[in-house]
Amino acid sequence: MLTHVVFWALAVIAVLAGAAVFIVDSMARASYALAVSFVAVGLQVLLMQQNYVGVVTILMMVMEMAVMAVYMVMFMGMNPALMPMSMVHDNRHALAVSIGVFVLLAAGVLLVPWPTRRGGPPVDVTAALGEELMGPKMLVMTGVGAVMAATIVAGVVLAAHRSRYDRFGDDLRRRPADDPQPGGVGR
Amino acid sequence: MPDPTVTVVPGGWALAAAGLLGLLAVAAAALDGFLTARAAGSASSGWSHPYGEAARLMRQRRRTTAAADRLLWRTGGAGLLLMALMIITVVPLGRWTLFDLDVGVVWFNAMDVLAWAFVWLTGWGGNSTHSLVGGYRFLAHGLAYELPLMFALVAPAVGASSLNLGAIAAAQQGLWFVVWMPVAFLVYCLGVLAIAVWGPFSPALGADVAGGVTAELSGVDRLLFKGGRYALLAAGAGFAVPAFLGGGAGPLLPAWAWMLIKTLALLAVFVWLRRRLPAARPDVFMEVGWVVLLPAVLLQDLIVAVIATGRG
Repeated sequence: MLTHVVFWALAVIAVLAGAAVFIVDSMARASYALAVSFVAVGLQVLLMQQNYVGVVTILMMVMEMAVMAVYMVMFMGMNPALMPMSMVHDNRHALAVSIGVFVLLAAGVLLVPWPTRRGGPPVDVTAALGEELMGPKMLVMTGVGAVMAATIVAGVVLAAHRSRYDRFGDDLRRRPADDPQPGGVGR
Repeated sequence: MPDPTVTVVPGGWALAAAGLLGLLAVAAAALDGFLTARAAGSASSGWSHPYGEAARLMRQRRRTTAAADRLLWRTGGAGLLLMALMIITVVPLGRWTLFDLDVGVVWFNAMDVLAWAFVWLTGWGGNSTHSLVGGYRFLAHGLAYELPLMFALVAPAVGASSLNLGAIAAAQQGLWFVVWMPVAFLVYCLGVLAIAVWGPFSPALGADVAGGVTAELSGVDRLLFKGGRYALLAAGAGFAVPAFLGGGAGPLLPAWAWMLIKTLALLAVFVWLRRRLPAARPDVFMEVGWVVLLPAVLLQDLIVAVIATGRG
């Protein structure tokens, strides 16, 4: 009973905090309203005994919002990020799209023939969930993980406008490297 | 699997645990007061410094700034203490624990990440340039210390094949993890200093930016923030004991006493280090974190994983 009450309370908090993202007028409040929403969802996942998934959700989302605060200043410039600003734009299209998505998802919830429970939950629900999601595709997923990491590194390398020749000179012999931002180990 | 050697105590004991954390935090503050007084060569011993400071701050009137984001400011200021309290819920005191969570190590990680939010929010909320600069200094440190800290936490979990703290402590009968995971332990300690904005990670509160994050903090808010830092040092020291220092293992005394002794010893080292380590400039430390600490701790994890696999 108590679990049900807490679950629904968290659901309401998650939705309200999610809505707050678009109502508040500051980037910081919007970011952390989103974080609160995700933390509430993480706690809901904890209530479903998916301890690992729940705690990791909280971890990732809080960190993500903090990184967003870094980007806010890195890429947005000081002015828009630090002054009060509206969190919505292109209202008419956004409203149409969001109502459409809501109707679609709500219709899905109501129309899908949900299966009834067969048997009891397994002892380790997290392992069972992983098995169900990945199953025989585990090897592919592991491979995709490595490929994704390589893609990120390659993307950053291609996007960086300074190459090793800028750092170490044409003969690659300049030491220490000529960096606009000197680092702590003097490479 | 939750460890059978750990007993979950009723929720009412949470108050006792919070009180114990408070005592440890006061002890840390008193030791810091003593060390400060000794370094300054002042006439008073400095042991009573935290009491005087607390009394002063509780009577102080709150400073207000123009267009401050009060909600986020207060949340950030009180948050560090909250983090410390949440961390100790999963740390077993000898045989007893408040919350025998099967993923205790991940729980600690999730709580330590909250420092990113709370310290930055404290810097942001006051609507003051200096405190915002301090907040971003902390995030810059965070980008450098967080990943090494995460991988340092992986080592004991892999060594014990469990994320549960009771099980990790039980897996160290005979050989403490600190002996064969020294790099992970050192990086973990660095991470604790960082989340407490302590020692080398204090430029976020630097005098060169008028106190940084704390520039506009006053009265009870300042007391909570300062107390929260000491509480985080204490909670971090407490977590290190089951994770690296054998938990309650030790001769003669009961497990809970060893737990407290080890926590106090590590806490004293943390406090003492404040005057022994140079400040880490955020921009310079970034490269240290990614080029030195991260590969070192990954290598440590590899060694631990190979040994753990070899032992079956």
